[in-house]
Amino acid sequence: MQDNLQSSSYKELEQKSKYTNMFLRWFLYFVLILFASYFIFPLYVMVVTSLKTMEEIRQGTLLTWPSSLNFDSWLVAWGGRGYGAGDTFLRPYFWNSIKMVVPAVFFSTFIGAMTGYVLTKWRFKGDQWVFLFLLFGCFIPFQAILLPMARTLGTLGISNSVVGLVLVHTVYGIPFTTLFFRNYYISVPTELVKAARIDGAGFFKIFFKILLPISAPIIVVTVIWQFTQIWNDFLFGSTFSFGEAAPIQVALNNMVLSSTSVKEYNVDMASAIIAGIPTLIVYVLAGKYFIRGLTSGAVKG
Amino acid sequence: MFKWLEKNLPKIVMAPAVGLIGWFVYGFVLWTLYISFTNSKILPKYELWGVGQYVKLWASRKWLISVDNLLIFTALFLIFCIVIGIILAIFLDQKIRAEGVLRTIYLYPMALSFIVTGTAWKWILNPTLGIQKMFIDWGFENFTFDWLVNREMAIYTIVIAGVWQSAGFVMALFLAGLRSVEDEIVKAAKIDGAGLFTVYWKILLPMMRPVFFTSFVILVHISIKSYDLIVALTQGGPGISTTMPALFMTQAAFHKSQVGLSAASAMMMFMAVAAVIIPYLYSELRRENAR
Repeated sequence: MQDNLQSSSYKELEQKSKYTNMFLRWFLYFVLILFASYFIFPLYVMVVTSLKTMEEIRQGTLLTWPSSLNFDSWLVAWGGRGYGAGDTFLRPYFWNSIKMVVPAVFFSTFIGAMTGYVLTKWRFKGDQWVFLFLLFGCFIPFQAILLPMARTLGTLGISNSVVGLVLVHTVYGIPFTTLFFRNYYISVPTELVKAARIDGAGFFKIFFKILLPISAPIIVVTVIWQFTQIWNDFLFGSTFSFGEAAPIQVALNNMVLSSTSVKEYNVDMASAIIAGIPTLIVYVLAGKYFIRGLTSGAVKG
Repeated sequence: MFKWLEKNLPKIVMAPAVGLIGWFVYGFVLWTLYISFTNSKILPKYELWGVGQYVKLWASRKWLISVDNLLIFTALFLIFCIVIGIILAIFLDQKIRAEGVLRTIYLYPMALSFIVTGTAWKWILNPTLGIQKMFIDWGFENFTFDWLVNREMAIYTIVIAGVWQSAGFVMALFLAGLRSVEDEIVKAAKIDGAGLFTVYWKILLPMMRPVFFTSFVILVHISIKSYDLIVALTQGGPGISTTMPALFMTQAAFHKSQVGLSAASAMMMFMAVAAVIIPYLYSELRRENAR
């Protein structure tokens, strides 16, 4: 099979001589691998740096392989050194992020599914305008809402809390989740819904019996998209929370920027990997859905 | 009563989304717009003050540097992301072995946060132990690479890290675009004697106009909103040499008690995004209606 593909691609190049083709082929692979090294290089550097001691880091170069697999920096990054005040480590912030991500993803996905359902299966006059109204929310630069949001969270008494961040991420996720579900449900034949309505099925019954069972792919896309966006958010996290309520990206940034004592690059890199690993795992396990979300909804910075 | 409820149920279900977006997006943007016309300092004031904040903004050296940086960054970020994205997409489209693995490698940075990316690149680019030392240890004794701490060059480190994060995404868009073209078109061109280069340059790339457009809009949008990457990589430094509008806005709002000025800068960003997005939404909707 592989050979077949290979030979047909040679045929595509049939006007050129065989040697030119060979050369082109090698050139192709050379360029592709060159770029692959550019993309993989930082990840490689992060991993090896996190496994070295500071002494090794000073002696070797970025690329030197660590002398032994030493996970000390990971333990320090995750759990600290245990000397109390001033000892910052990621564990509590990691849980903050989990506590923030789970409800925010759930609420925004649920609201998006319902809104997308109404906009496609219970159409009414002017529904495109409602869609456009919601869609525009995907694009606004969040700087234009930071000041009033900070005041609102203060008034509600939930500034600097995980609850506040859940609210913020739910609200600003709605335009995206609505977009995903609306675009998915619009391709579901409306006849199905009409027939069910004639049979006397109501609004919720149609949703749970007809649409929900076929929604698995779009739910996966939406959940992955929202999870990645919210986990990786820094702007909201750093503006609306500080100290103990901060999510992991904010904590990572604070750890790396803290100018106390000697810079420990190995701990920095271990921390960066810990902060990046949940989304990386999702990407590796569900890359197809990740990309689908990206290409249909990637408008947020 | 029950009848009314049943009839309006869809609208009631949709109300939370519309209400939340109406309040938290449109209401908040209008509030920010209003505040940008007041002389608010540490707290918002509600007496109108005219366009003073905008005059102040465009007279501020820091803001002008921000805008300059944004223009440099956007131009380079766009060019590199699109060129690299297209090259990778076309090359991957040649029935490459291990295409899946390569694609995964090109795209994984999109899964990382800009803070993680910035932290990694900050370490790689640091002049004492990073790339510079690597080359010196390899025997290039006079090799210097101090862009990160060099006022003139620091902005380009943000481009390097930004392109690293986003080029794979453009690749994915173009690859999807190329794969959606009917094989027949390419075959017909080949029967007419067109070489592979001609097929791409004269036929396929011109067909990718919507993909160019989408990439352009998304990349410009990302660059106008760039904030995290700068915070993690340079904090706007050395000095204020890598500051950008998003950083300017948050600093004015939350560190310098210039609420009115920060609102004005936020509105400038809003208008810049709107100038790109509104034509895009318009054309997208027209395309959808034409379908």
